[in-house]
Amino acid sequence: MTLQSNAPGGDIETAWDRHRFDMKVVNPANKRKYTVIVVGTGLAGASAAATMGELGYNVLNFCFQDSPRRAHSIAAQGGINAAKNYQGDADSVFRLFYDTIKGGDFRAREENVYRLAQISNNIIDQAVAQGVPFAREYGGLLGNRSFGGALVSRTFYSQGQTGQQLLLGAYQALSRQIQAGTVKIFPRTEMQDLVVHDGHARGIITRHLVTGKIERWAADAVVLATGGYVNVYFLSTNAMGSNVTATWRATRRGAYFANPCYTQIHPTCIPVSGGYQSKLTLMSESLRNDGRVWVPKNAEDAWNAKAAKVGRHPGDIPESDRDYYLERRYPTFGNLVPRDVASRNAKLVCDAGHGVSFEGNGVYLDFADAYERLGRKEVGERYGNLFDMYQRITGESAYEQPMRIYPAPHYAMGGLWVDYNLQSNVPGLFVLGEANFSDHGANRLGASALMQGLSDGYFVLPYTIGHYLGIQGPRKSSTDWGEFAQAEEQVTDRINKLLSIKGKRTVDSFHRELGLELWNNCGMARNRHDLTTLLGRIPEIRAEFWENVSVPGSAGDLNQTLERAGRVADFLEFAEVMALDARQREESCGGHFRVEHATEEGEARRDDVNFRYVAAWEYQGVDQKPTMHKEQLEFRYVKLTQRSYK
Amino acid sequence: MNLTLHVWRQKGPSDVGQFQTFQATGVSKDQSFLEMLDVVNDKLELAGKDPIVFEHDCREGICGCCGFMVNGKAHGGQPETTVCQLHMRSFSDGDELIIEPWRSAAFPVVKDLMVDRSAFDRIVQAGGYVSVRTGSAQDANAIPISKEIADRAFDSAACIGCGACVASCPNASAMLFTGAKINHLGLLPQGQVERFSRVQAMTQQMDAEGFGPCSNHEECEAYCPKGIPVEVIGRMNGDLLKAQLRGRDS
Amino acid sequence: MNWFMRFAKSTIGLKITMAISGLVLFAFVIGHMVGNLQVFLGASALNHYAAFLQSEQLLLWIARIVLLVLVVVHIWSSVVLTLRAKVARPQGYRKWQSKASTYASRTMRVSGPILLLFIIFHLLHLTIGSVHPDLQHCAVQASGDLQCFAYQNVSAAFSLSTAGTTAAIQGGIVAFYIVAMLLLGMHLGHGAYSMFRTLGLTNPRYDKMARAFATAVAVIIVVGNCSIPLAVLTGLVGQAGGH
Repeated sequence: MTLQSNAPGGDIETAWDRHRFDMKVVNPANKRKYTVIVVGTGLAGASAAATMGELGYNVLNFCFQDSPRRAHSIAAQGGINAAKNYQGDADSVFRLFYDTIKGGDFRAREENVYRLAQISNNIIDQAVAQGVPFAREYGGLLGNRSFGGALVSRTFYSQGQTGQQLLLGAYQALSRQIQAGTVKIFPRTEMQDLVVHDGHARGIITRHLVTGKIERWAADAVVLATGGYVNVYFLSTNAMGSNVTATWRATRRGAYFANPCYTQIHPTCIPVSGGYQSKLTLMSESLRNDGRVWVPKNAEDAWNAKAAKVGRHPGDIPESDRDYYLERRYPTFGNLVPRDVASRNAKLVCDAGHGVSFEGNGVYLDFADAYERLGRKEVGERYGNLFDMYQRITGESAYEQPMRIYPAPHYAMGGLWVDYNLQSNVPGLFVLGEANFSDHGANRLGASALMQGLSDGYFVLPYTIGHYLGIQGPRKSSTDWGEFAQAEEQVTDRINKLLSIKGKRTVDSFHRELGLELWNNCGMARNRHDLTTLLGRIPEIRAEFWENVSVPGSAGDLNQTLERAGRVADFLEFAEVMALDARQREESCGGHFRVEHATEEGEARRDDVNFRYVAAWEYQGVDQKPTMHKEQLEFRYVKLTQRSYK
Repeated sequence: MNLTLHVWRQKGPSDVGQFQTFQATGVSKDQSFLEMLDVVNDKLELAGKDPIVFEHDCREGICGCCGFMVNGKAHGGQPETTVCQLHMRSFSDGDELIIEPWRSAAFPVVKDLMVDRSAFDRIVQAGGYVSVRTGSAQDANAIPISKEIADRAFDSAACIGCGACVASCPNASAMLFTGAKINHLGLLPQGQVERFSRVQAMTQQMDAEGFGPCSNHEECEAYCPKGIPVEVIGRMNGDLLKAQLRGRDS
Repeated sequence: MNWFMRFAKSTIGLKITMAISGLVLFAFVIGHMVGNLQVFLGASALNHYAAFLQSEQLLLWIARIVLLVLVVVHIWSSVVLTLRAKVARPQGYRKWQSKASTYASRTMRVSGPILLLFIIFHLLHLTIGSVHPDLQHCAVQASGDLQCFAYQNVSAAFSLSTAGTTAAIQGGIVAFYIVAMLLLGMHLGHGAYSMFRTLGLTNPRYDKMARAFATAVAVIIVVGNCSIPLAVLTGLVGQAGGH
């Protein structure tokens, strides 16, 4: 099957306008005849549900958290990009489009990204009108800051919690529709399966997390806004509950999973401190504006608790024995190289034995120079809240000694394949936000995730879904269809199977094991040999999981272990596609770095001749190799170049 | 270090519940409080017993999922710290910890340490928003807002809805939560049109949910992990009074 | 009136009711104290002041009724709110630790009822006279002027050597007054500050001022009111001064 992007041809600047005109429009009086399921209440899900409710559709909105306000979009710190050009620094829609395509290492669809850049401005207007308290200048106008990968100041922010403020804006819009009765909200309800009838997505099966009740929901269309999958690594900056279940269940029902190997590893996180660690905490990337990254030149100076290496206190290591490796290797960009480059280099020095931390996985981020240059007070004003957070977690003060940081999985650029309308290859199944693959290519720039989630939810889906519904017309929906019964039975069987194993290992121990294998073999630097080994390991872990996992409790009750077991079971299937995708992509691009495909200086080398495509994987059954479909990417507006930060 | 935990166990809203004692052994000072509980739960799971249920998600202090009382203190009582960011170095070997859920009629216990905070959602649904249609907004810079007002609105908007204010209040009052949202929107020009109907609708819902009154103990502010100031309660009260004096009714 | 009743029954409405009634009672306490401090100006000043108050019976009774109604309203709203607070937390904590609340804030529901008892006693003591050994009521003189004996009554009320009672009883009465005034100070200190917030008179800029004001007024009330029985005990005020 050839994947059709369905993007309008012709002039890219007018493409979205023309497309909106060409799409079918549902008569306002008829909208209430359509029921739409939205899974997820993050930026994409909440904004889509609220807007569709406002338009008059019947919306059923599900989330596994206790409240729609808790989706993990809330944790985004940095900001949201928009091409407002309020700073008058020559920003434009085209420049935002260009930066995003280039930042994504030329692996995203031009038309989608251009539309995203156009819509970015509407998002800021909408958010401000909702009362989102963005940072302001003394004159009362909106403030901006700069972010990695851009030469202009276009990032809008709310201190360190832009994600929470934007999510609350969407949550409040959603609450208004719940009050108006257009949206029904189902918290603590987790999607377990997608139901496809006559080739169209027509419903879902859910489990209520408190009562354990399995329910069927029928609708005219299903929208997934269920976030990313980097919790497949177990340790990541994602929330504990973030999972791949919804998108993976859709994959099992025929939706294609695109570019699963594109994962973003964020360079500034707090390193792992022990085997009990449950998640990793991100420290804003802004720290690299004033902090200098280094490791001890001599490996014996590096503290590594696990290897019983005491090392030397960082304060006792003289300048001559320090290696400021980013400044050394990238004299132009220095400590401000993009995320993927910073992360990869941290791994290189740690692999060489220079890492400092509990397991030798950490590098110093030193503010000593900044204290001299700016004074402690000024540094405290800029980063005080981050230093406080660091001290709460590590017990160390960044005022007294350098911070220790290490990269951690942070964001998934890959996701379900969607066309220009955000519709997957299964008609009636729409996918938004981090759950789809569409806009970030192989690497996402900072402050772009919030932009994409809200663009999809507020401004794209409400139009494109109308086109689909308008073509289909009002249809009869019934939870009595055979597909519902079949899906429900499969869900129940799986739950019963998990509970009946009564093995000797915890769910988390499998998750940790899988995560470590992926981190070591499909993490920041990958190679064919390790990926092949990994592809051998994953089915083994999966097989042991299904024989030896321990899930106490029952199905008809609140059972957090059972919830996790279901998610880990899906990660165990999904991980294989991720590794396969990483192995087939014989090039380095963005977050996907293959050591075989590096320049002589060790930098990523793309292969635009052979790999300028989106890899979309079609499920063929557990233990069956999925089929890969390609969507060729055409670049009509942006010239492909090699990224260099030397 | 080794700790003795007295943890509230309750099967469901209708169960009476009781304390159960656990030993947490070999706890590292670098562990977070929830990671310490994870280890206790791992042992319970392997023994085929029900692990302790507690709510958590982001584990970085922003989603608002986590929260329970540790030795009578909401979130453990460290300044501006949620229990997921509370680390074990705040405790010493041999400590006995009493771990209880938020206790409030409006927050019925779901199981063990997990409570139902949907009352907060219903308070927001009653009017905690600006009624703006998607796509109908004017340019974001059309209305300048002074930095001071924007900053104060942000301070109120920083609420994560965890419920520590209700839990720590001797009256189980939700005034800090409700006041924070009313204040956030009521300070901004965008929120003016619905300012008075909003305060009436939201405070009515707050009462209907069964939250208690405010006695100005200010425990809520002290235990709030985001440091929401009690000033928001004053502004909410004033707005409600003004709404009455203006003769507006929702 | 539907909207008004809904407001009056709402939690914040009840708080506002309590604050406004408290505000008037608070003003009365200040006025009462300032009037009584005239005891230090001598018998004639205080007695003239008493006669002035007694000269307009209609106004006097209106004032008394208003105060009585406000006391009832104040108590009623506090009872309703207290009950709501109990219902809001049916099951208490095994352990609960305060981080911000004060002794005054936590004892409002104790200091209130004690103050009510005190007010009743105070009325019996110095207005009605049933516990006073020989309270002298105002009387119209031959000249047609109203003569009052407030100064003498105050002196006799707190003096240890008053005839018809024992020093122990008198000492107990003075002690009760002083304890009650300390409680009143606490009650009003927390109450006055709370009133600003309840009526929405809050601004971060003035918050410290409001707090300082409430504390200062509370201290003044305690010192001012306690000074009267103490002055009698120390002989600064006494029967002698009246003649």
